[in-house]
Amino acid sequence: MIITPQNYQPPRLTLPVAEWDHVEGPSNARMVLVEYGDYQCPYCGAAYPIVKKVQKELGTRLRFVFRNFPITTSHPQAEWAAETAEAAAVQGRFWEMHDFLYENQASLSDHGFFANYARKLKLDVKRLEQEVAQHVHLGRVREDFMGGVKSGVNGTPTFFIGGARYDGYPGLGPLIAALETAEKG
Amino acid sequence: MKESTTKNQKVSPLKPGTKAPSFTLKTTPDQHVSLRDFLGRPVVLCFYPADWSPVCSDQLGLYAQLMSEFRKFDAELLGVSVDGVWSHLAFSKDRNLNFPLLSDFDPKGAISRTYGVFAERNGESARALFVIDPKGIIRWSYLSPDGVNPGADGILSALENLKSHD
Repeated sequence: MIITPQNYQPPRLTLPVAEWDHVEGPSNARMVLVEYGDYQCPYCGAAYPIVKKVQKELGTRLRFVFRNFPITTSHPQAEWAAETAEAAAVQGRFWEMHDFLYENQASLSDHGFFANYARKLKLDVKRLEQEVAQHVHLGRVREDFMGGVKSGVNGTPTFFIGGARYDGYPGLGPLIAALETAEKG
Repeated sequence: MKESTTKNQKVSPLKPGTKAPSFTLKTTPDQHVSLRDFLGRPVVLCFYPADWSPVCSDQLGLYAQLMSEFRKFDAELLGVSVDGVWSHLAFSKDRNLNFPLLSDFDPKGAISRTYGVFAERNGESARALFVIDPKGIIRWSYLSPDGVNPGADGILSALENLKSHD
């Protein structure tokens, strides 16, 4: 297969957004942004406030989905962080933990710091820590990861817009422009 | 975009069905790796432009993470670039890579050329992938546009196809 910029087609999301996904925004939103992210990846950390701004800008026109893609060979805390967010999700607080992890990337190795935050959220911290220690959510994280690989996720963060991998620069303007183009179909 | 088209014009990876050209390349200052070492197993050959690409979770880091998936097909993964062995060693250590990086250094790009994936304009290997079957025949090849990391979906489907045609 010889690919040129003229015939190049980015890969497509093989797993449609489903019930068990972590989603912000209405289910009937016409714009869908899916991120495959790693909590310890500095580029995901840099993209985090940009995604927030995209969400703010587009409001209810946008549905944002986050899926796990921890690259543990480069990021030793990434799996722990992903499972911690999943354990918080079971107690109904995925997005709070997701945000807190990205806002405190420099402290990822200080697990107690995140336990304190879980306490502040009034989560059952003992249960959360036990689930993480026993890797209860490893399977879920792994499924996200392999689903991503099969969809052509090639590093982190990888975004999909309108079901196609977004190969452009993950800046505020370019992301919004790509979402608006995809919406027009 | 225009520039990259011209750059890649002469790059034309060997097609499926072709016998994979043999090679012996250095992987460390005193170790060599040959394609024939892996006869009887699938080989994924990953040509890439240069060590030290500026992103942390790059193509090779992703492949390192996916070694266990490649191993399910008993496949071996080999990275190839024109960088020297010392660069490969340092890069491999820095990124925790768990597969050999081969140095297509002397004469520069010779093996990349035999696979049709040497980009003359910048003197580097193109970003190209080959899946070679246990008998040494290329079963899948892919050339990625400049600057686009191809991910692993194509490799995994090619390995799955190999297995189902066993």
